[in-house]
Amino acid sequence: MAVVFKRPHALRDVPMHYCPGCTHGIVHRLIAEVIDELGIEGKTIGVSPVGCTYNNYEYFNCDMQQAAHGRAPAVSTGIKRVHPDNVVFTYQGDGDLAAIGTAEIVHAAARGEKITTIFINNAIYGMTSGQMAPTTLLNQVTTTTPYGRKPELHGFPIKVCELLSTLDGAAFIERVSMHNIKNILNAKKAIKKAFQVQMANKGFSLVEVLSSCPTNWGLSPEKALKWIEEKMIPVYPLGNFKGKDLEV
Amino acid sequence: MGEKLLMKGNEVIAEAAIRAGCRHYFGYPITPQTEIAHYFAKKMPEVGGTFIQAESEIAAINMVYGAAGAGARVMTSSSSPGISLKQEGISYASGAELPAVIVNIVRCGPGLGGILPAQCDYFQAVKGGGHGDYKMVVLAPCSVQELYELTVEAFNIADKYRILAMIMGDGILGQMMETVEFRDKEEIYEADKSSWATVGTRMERDHNVITSIYIDPEVLERHNQKLQAKYRLIEENEVRCEVYNCEDADVIVAAFGTVARIVKNVIKMAAKEGIKVGLIRPITLWPFPVKVFEKYAEVPKAFLSVELNAGQMVEDVRLSVNGKRPVYFHGRMGGMIPTQQEILDKIKEILK
Repeated sequence: MAVVFKRPHALRDVPMHYCPGCTHGIVHRLIAEVIDELGIEGKTIGVSPVGCTYNNYEYFNCDMQQAAHGRAPAVSTGIKRVHPDNVVFTYQGDGDLAAIGTAEIVHAAARGEKITTIFINNAIYGMTSGQMAPTTLLNQVTTTTPYGRKPELHGFPIKVCELLSTLDGAAFIERVSMHNIKNILNAKKAIKKAFQVQMANKGFSLVEVLSSCPTNWGLSPEKALKWIEEKMIPVYPLGNFKGKDLEV
Repeated sequence: MGEKLLMKGNEVIAEAAIRAGCRHYFGYPITPQTEIAHYFAKKMPEVGGTFIQAESEIAAINMVYGAAGAGARVMTSSSSPGISLKQEGISYASGAELPAVIVNIVRCGPGLGGILPAQCDYFQAVKGGGHGDYKMVVLAPCSVQELYELTVEAFNIADKYRILAMIMGDGILGQMMETVEFRDKEEIYEADKSSWATVGTRMERDHNVITSIYIDPEVLERHNQKLQAKYRLIEENEVRCEVYNCEDADVIVAAFGTVARIVKNVIKMAAKEGIKVGLIRPITLWPFPVKVFEKYAEVPKAFLSVELNAGQMVEDVRLSVNGKRPVYFHGRMGGMIPTQQEILDKIKEILK
């Protein structure tokens, strides 16, 4: 019998703890597939963040480090400078990367650190139960913006790809989405390219993934995917911001 | 011994680290220790090492975390306000049992305080400045020669026990030029890091994970018990202390770092007046030389702790002497340094 679907080798055979309908698991799988396809599991070192994916070091077969909240780009810098021939990636959420870790991600990109960041933007804090994220949309209701995010009180969503693509050290920046199959396949291409950019020593690479959080958005999994498409994409347009034509 | 040079304390720290095999330094400028960074910036390219001027002390300590977790000998340095910023990373690295060396050339606080010498970070260093039950080995050199020797030692202790080791000095020591005699070759503790360092699995073993989080309370308690057992072992094996002139002393002074050098002159002055003064100089502030104080607890009429702070080490001296003799304190703050005469006056007052 032909095997038509199997777990990527880079993904460990353990149950994941994510909520039903959450797209973290899909992104994990895409990363693992890319690691398999590039044949780099043995030399890849991943860095886990703080947030819903604090323990995703349990899900990847490569060596892993767990970092303090927001500090994954600095931790990765340390690893990469010790092992420049290894492949180093961070996996970070919007609170981790765009709030508490803003300095670390900006400066890792500015230094052109040869690391790859997978940035999950679901416009909310998942782990701590639905607070406002730096990427929360205007008027979006969260547990800390119960009357909706008001610009005069809470400021505006941070557009990470637009911000980082102004930096010369950033070689590859792309925003993708998890809301349907076509976009999931596109996301995989972008993640693969981001790893290849690192392996070609071109500089810093980041893929922002628009992701769903049905639990904290208070939506069914299906409606959550619709919400990405209808509400998030107009604020966070998909596409490549930098490095589209880089030869890798 | 080999080469003998006249060098500045801060530069000796960096030179010692390179001699100890440290090839990765991450730091952020702050007075009065920035010469450490200058030295590394110049020398690391020559020895094939890495120097990064990080965007913050927070980033620097997390770069240390990553590099230590990847198996390298690594160091950061700062001064008091910067060390406060590093406390998060210090706690995480301690939880994850990462070996690394941190230098604190202490300046006076609180807050931005001033840039002059102080010992006001004793509590922060030895009692746990970050969150959680953890310890760092804290070494307090009193000369440029000792800065060299203890920096090398710090790397070895860190690797031997998978623990953070801190060199605690002050601006006097960091800025002072003295002769230093380097060994031709350092004794390097060669640790086997293969069971935990993240260097890539090479598809030959299960993955290594560096982490400080253990959600299951039973597992986390066991992890803490393992850490505590390690700390007890270090208390047993790694205490370093200088005992000077204590055998029949009227007063034993406790002092560490540069203050101990002032006290040695006080001992000479006192002798001329027929007063016998001894010195116990803890070289490891943690583990504290409890047994040394116990041994001499009933020798003098009293103990006196002299510090550049409001009275910090004195608490450990009191705990160690355990009520057998009175323990007095004399301290200066804000970058002020006690004169020999004022210390002698304090000793006379105690003996009255």
